[in-house]
Amino acid sequence: MLNDVTFGQYYPAKSFVHNMDPRAKIVFVIAYIVAIFLAQNFFALAAVTLFLIFCVLLSRVPFGSVLRSVKMILFLIIFTAVLNLFFYSSNSELHILWQWKFITISWESIINMVFLSFRLFLLILGTSVLTLTTTPVALTDGIESLLKPLRLIRFPVHELALIMSIALRFIPTLMDETNRIISAQKARGADFETGGLIKRAKAMIPVLIPLLVSAFRRAEELGDAMDARCYSGAKGRTKYKKLTFTWRDLLGLLAFAALITGIVFLNLYLGGKFAIIDWFLK
Amino acid sequence: MEAVRFENVKYSYREDGKEYAVNGVTLSIEEGQFVAVLGRNGSGKSTLAKLINALLIPSAGSVKVLGMDTSDSKKTFEIRKNAGMVFQNPDNQTVASIVEDDVAFGPENIGLAREEIGKRIDFALNAVGMQAFRTATPSRLSGGQKQRIAIAGVLAIKPRIMILDESTAMLDPKGRREVMDVIKKLNREEKMTVILITHFMEEALEADRAIVMHRGEVVMDAAPEEIFSRSDELEMYNLTLPRAAAICKRLQNAGLPIKNAFNAEELAEELCELLQKA
Repeated sequence: MLNDVTFGQYYPAKSFVHNMDPRAKIVFVIAYIVAIFLAQNFFALAAVTLFLIFCVLLSRVPFGSVLRSVKMILFLIIFTAVLNLFFYSSNSELHILWQWKFITISWESIINMVFLSFRLFLLILGTSVLTLTTTPVALTDGIESLLKPLRLIRFPVHELALIMSIALRFIPTLMDETNRIISAQKARGADFETGGLIKRAKAMIPVLIPLLVSAFRRAEELGDAMDARCYSGAKGRTKYKKLTFTWRDLLGLLAFAALITGIVFLNLYLGGKFAIIDWFLK
Repeated sequence: MEAVRFENVKYSYREDGKEYAVNGVTLSIEEGQFVAVLGRNGSGKSTLAKLINALLIPSAGSVKVLGMDTSDSKKTFEIRKNAGMVFQNPDNQTVASIVEDDVAFGPENIGLAREEIGKRIDFALNAVGMQAFRTATPSRLSGGQKQRIAIAGVLAIKPRIMILDESTAMLDPKGRREVMDVIKKLNREEKMTVILITHFMEEALEADRAIVMHRGEVVMDAAPEEIFSRSDELEMYNLTLPRAAAICKRLQNAGLPIKNAFNAEELAEELCELLQKA
């Protein structure tokens, strides 16, 4: 039932992308998101898409694994698509295709729907390339390192990173536990498959409560185990893994700089996203 | 040298100090010994374990580890460095999603240099026979393998005393054997003091000394063979004999003239001898 969640799952392979510095990759994903939101027309989005395909090829992660991550937010994509389709108002009467009460469908709303859903789609794919090619540990190390300056204002950077890596580490454990509790409740006659949304949500309560109780018990044991292994906070602690910025990251930096510059030029010379309507109607 | 010394130790989980989980325990464990602590649920054996590495501080009396008093909070770190502890559930003592990062956790905490941490990981994984799994994900390993990783995580700190708090309880027979082999090897080759808390009588047979706890008190303290030959007394504390020993006792009760045997091999030998005589 809960086995097909790819998000946050590492795909082990040896590739250019896998070997990049996690800090660089995090910065690149931010640059990538900026690029997506900078893109004002379909040509710019196409450029981002090509760039993404190139990155996926470089990472040697199968496209199927990358695409699977979209499943998680498919509902969100459809939801924004429908909202945009029905409620985006057009400035020009000529472009309206269909109207009923307060719902209007126009060329603009169709374009807007496609544009926004595609943007969301690219957003998820790009971030999943990061999580597929970077181990959760490297990811938290990267975040810890990037947030280091915040220590100056007494922000608990190390604690935050540790909490994150422990949370990630417990996802599979708690997932197994959930499946076990579901089976146990089913064996006692609980019904999770039939009934409306509310009935099904209610049926989950006998799953969530034991799960919560066991999570607390685990937390307490983990605390003892960490104490027993001499954990005493960030003070006096060393790190085994060292992050190093290499030529790969430099190449990545150049590639992303090129991407963003390219998008700015495509925006400037090829107009906004609605420009194609005029081309079609002419 | 004395590894652990309990001096009339009492511990209560309740604030009013009634109902002692450990009630007046005095004992001494020499360095290099392999001690099994037996007792049924609620006998205070896990509390005893937590008192050793300062996870719990005695309500009365004193616990000394390698001469350091556990109630002295300045010594806590040093005590934990020297007395490592492995818990029951391997899932609840792994902090990282990759084996080597998890093993590195302890050495990182005691502030070792990077090269030294690398060496410690090699040493610890080698000792538990898990070198091949250095970059594996613990959640995909078997129970016995996970518990060996947990042991490696403690070993990497290089403690002189290793406490195992029912560390084999959740494992299948194969996993249990794996863990016991590792523990015995550490005791023999690294001269590590081992304190094994268990409710498997078979495991106690592999120790030099067995301690039986009942209602917070030490009621028996002798070589395992001696303890298992006092089976009536054991029964009083709701403990059973190892299976082979139980069979042997029934045969003796049925009138067969054989000596006490505690494991399958000894029993088989006794029976062979008897058959040859007949």
